[in-house]
This record gives sequence, C-alpha cells and structure tokens, in this order.
Amino acid sequence: MKSKQELLNENENIEIELFLQAIYMKFGYDFRNYGKAHIKRRVRHRLTVSDFNSVSELIHKLLYDHMFYQDVLQDLSITVTEMFRDPDFYLAVRKEVVALLKTYPFIKIWHAGCATGEEVYSMAILLKEEGLLKRSQIYATDFNQMALQKARNGIYPIDRIKEYTQNYQKSGGKASFSDYYSARYESVILNESLRENIVFADHNLVTDGVFGEMNMVICRNVMIYFDKELQDKVIRLFYDSLVPGGFLCLGSKESLRFASLADRFDVTTERQKIYRKKFETL
Amino acid sequence: MKYSAVVIGVSAGGMNALGKILPALPENFVLPLIIVQHVSPQSDNYMIRHFDSISKIKVKEADEKEEIIPGVAYFAPPNYHLLIEENRTFSLSTEGRVNYSRPSVDVLFESAIYAYCSGLVGIILTGANNDGSKGLKMIKDCGGLAIVQEPSSAEVSAMPEAAIKLSKVDYILKLEEIGPLLVKLSKEK
Repeated sequence: MKSKQELLNENENIEIELFLQAIYMKFGYDFRNYGKAHIKRRVRHRLTVSDFNSVSELIHKLLYDHMFYQDVLQDLSITVTEMFRDPDFYLAVRKEVVALLKTYPFIKIWHAGCATGEEVYSMAILLKEEGLLKRSQIYATDFNQMALQKARNGIYPIDRIKEYTQNYQKSGGKASFSDYYSARYESVILNESLRENIVFADHNLVTDGVFGEMNMVICRNVMIYFDKELQDKVIRLFYDSLVPGGFLCLGSKESLRFASLADRFDVTTERQKIYRKKFETL
Repeated sequence: MKYSAVVIGVSAGGMNALGKILPALPENFVLPLIIVQHVSPQSDNYMIRHFDSISKIKVKEADEKEEIIPGVAYFAPPNYHLLIEENRTFSLSTEGRVNYSRPSVDVLFESAIYAYCSGLVGIILTGANNDGSKGLKMIKDCGGLAIVQEPSSAEVSAMPEAAIKLSKVDYILKLEEIGPLLVKLSKEK
C-alpha cells in the first residue's frame, strides 16, 4: 500500500505536469522535457517563498496574473555563472581550438544559454588576446529576457572580481584582468570594445531553430537540465548549426558519449568536453 | 527489501570518516550509497580514487543521467548539486549554493526522498555547518531511517549536532558501528 507521502508526491507530480503544460499553452515556454527533479525543486521553491499551498494554486495564479509568469520563468531558469568558469576549459580552447579558428577569415560563434553573459565576455577576452575578436561574430542567446538584459549591460558586482581575476589567470590570460573593466561604486562595467562583436538575442533551445554556419557552439551547463530526449534534440540542433569541422563545447560534467549523434563528432578533449563536427563525405 | 538506498552527508573530516565506513562494506553489499562530501569547487577526483582503492565496493563520481546501480558508492561532483530522479538516475544542477554549499546535502536528500521515500537511509557525519539536517528530518517524516555520527566522536561536531537537534534520529553511532549496521539493514526484508 502507498504511504500518505507517496500519495501526496504522486498528486504533486500530476499537478507539476499540468503546471508545465499551462506555461507552455499560455506563454509558449516549454519545460515539459526538463529533468523532473530540478523542476520539482524550483516549483517547491516558489511555493515556499509565496503564500500558496499547492501547485494547483500556482496554475490559477499563472493563468490570471499576467506578471506572475515572469517570476516562474526566473525560477525555472538557472543563471548562476561566473567569468572564466572552469579556467581549464578556456586553457583548452587556447591550446586546442584557437589555431584552427585562425585559419578562417571570419569566425561565427554561438553561445547558447548565455544567462547573464559572464562566460560570453570571457570568450571575447580570450579571442581579443588571440587576435581573433575583430573578425569574430558572437551570437549570445538565452530565453530569459531579464538575464539577457544583464548580459547586454555587462555590469557585474565588484565583490566577485577577485575570484574572476584568479580564474582569468588560471585560464591562460595574457594581460591584466583589470584592463578589461572599469570599477565604480559596487560594480564593474566591462569595456565597450568587448561588446562590439557580440549580438545578444532571444532564442529558446527547446522551441526555436538553427543558427547557420557556426564555427563554434558553446553551450555549457544548460543541457544538464534537459531529459535525454531533449538533449538529443538540442545536440541535433547544434550539429545542424555547425560547419563541418566546427567545435561544440559543453560543460565539464556534460558529455556527448550517450548522444545518438556521438559518432558524428570527433573528440578534441574529453576532459574539457570539446568536440568537433566530422567532415562527412556524403 | 526494506531499504533501497543510503544517502550520506559529510563535510570537514570526511576523508577519515568515510575511510572507516566504505571499506567496512562487503563486496556483495546490495544498496547504492549516494554521498555529498563538501569539497572545494576546483578539487580533483583524488578522494574518489582513494576510496575506490581501499573499498571492496565500487566508488565513483556520479555522472549526469547515470542509472543508479546497487552496491556502488557515488560521490557528487565538485561545484554541482546532485539530485536523484524518480526513475533512479542522477541529475546535476549549477543552481546557487544551498547552506553555503554546492553540492548541498539537503538538495540531495530532498530529491532522494521522492525517489525512495520510506526505503531511504540517511546518514549525517562530521562537519562544520548544518547542511543536511533539514533533509534528514524530511527522511524521518517520510518513514525512512536516520543515522547520525555521535558528535563527541566526530572531528567536527556541528553537523551531527544540528541533525540530532532537528529530528528524532534512529541511531547515534561511532564510525566503526555504521558499516556493520548498514550491512544488517541491507538484509532486512
């Protein structure tokens, strides 16, 4: 026999599915193929910070209060990031990828799921130091408009600069990190020149289409929130967006190993999760 | 079987504490162990390799989407929260720190409850904060079993003390007693 807790959990799972269905039908954001444990945790977080007792009450609020869905989107979108997160990844890009990028007259990079932009600017700094920024176009996308606006602004709290500076140094940085920002009050603003080659745009990996002819796609710690089926779909999207020989960069705990398109990529470095779309002869 | 999984939360002093528990489990131990050990974000997998080399059971880092196998001990990767899906696979998250920690014990325990409910054994060991005490209480509320390291025998007593304060735990034990108890629990029908 099921315990009371098991019955409650069963009901809550049904309510959460209905909640996600409501978000999709009303607003077009599709979280139905996100990992369930993550969604549940975020929905429960919303319940504890609001006065609602059940997910069903959230559904009503969602449908009748037009401002509420913005809160829900923020709950379900994880924007935690930092500059030069995983410095070894940037070191690997410098060592394994840059030389090949240099062979192109023009470089197109898609940073998918860029959140508040710290990692986009990190890549811009790297490209600048490698003499590639001027001939690069970076498309930085996210479905979260609030995060995207922060990314556009390029203004970050000053109390994290010490950590970012250490990351920058470990990432193979060639200059002084302080060259790239101006500090004022409690914030730093990143140099305007870094932004010139970045286009920030609204794009939803779950529901939107390909970005054509990319030389590199960066999507780190985004697909960990997707179920296997959605992961496969998004990897297909990246595959279709890349030129032959283009690079796909994933988060340090993500892997192509189990993806259905795994054999269409070469492994550049498994440790830093950099893959390369094969040149296929059709 | 009465129990289907063991979740463990441990912080400062974990190297020694887990070094007494994991090697005490026999090769044919049938429960999976899922462990959050607080570590620095940049730490490598030295600790896991060490525990694997001194234990009879397999010890590894939990991979994203990996299916949970009985008799294997899994560690949360540094700088990621580890969650368990109801289909008993792992998920990772880079959500902000919880109780100043990522991975957080509470995050693991809470998700584990939905997957295992009353079949869950929760253990809190040595540590310097109160991460895990809420999660342990939830395990108790769901009908699972709660074990805490005896605070006076812990390298750092704050974490066991916080856990004991918040819930009526089933066992307060020295490290040497925990392994044999797990073996006994794993055989209960």
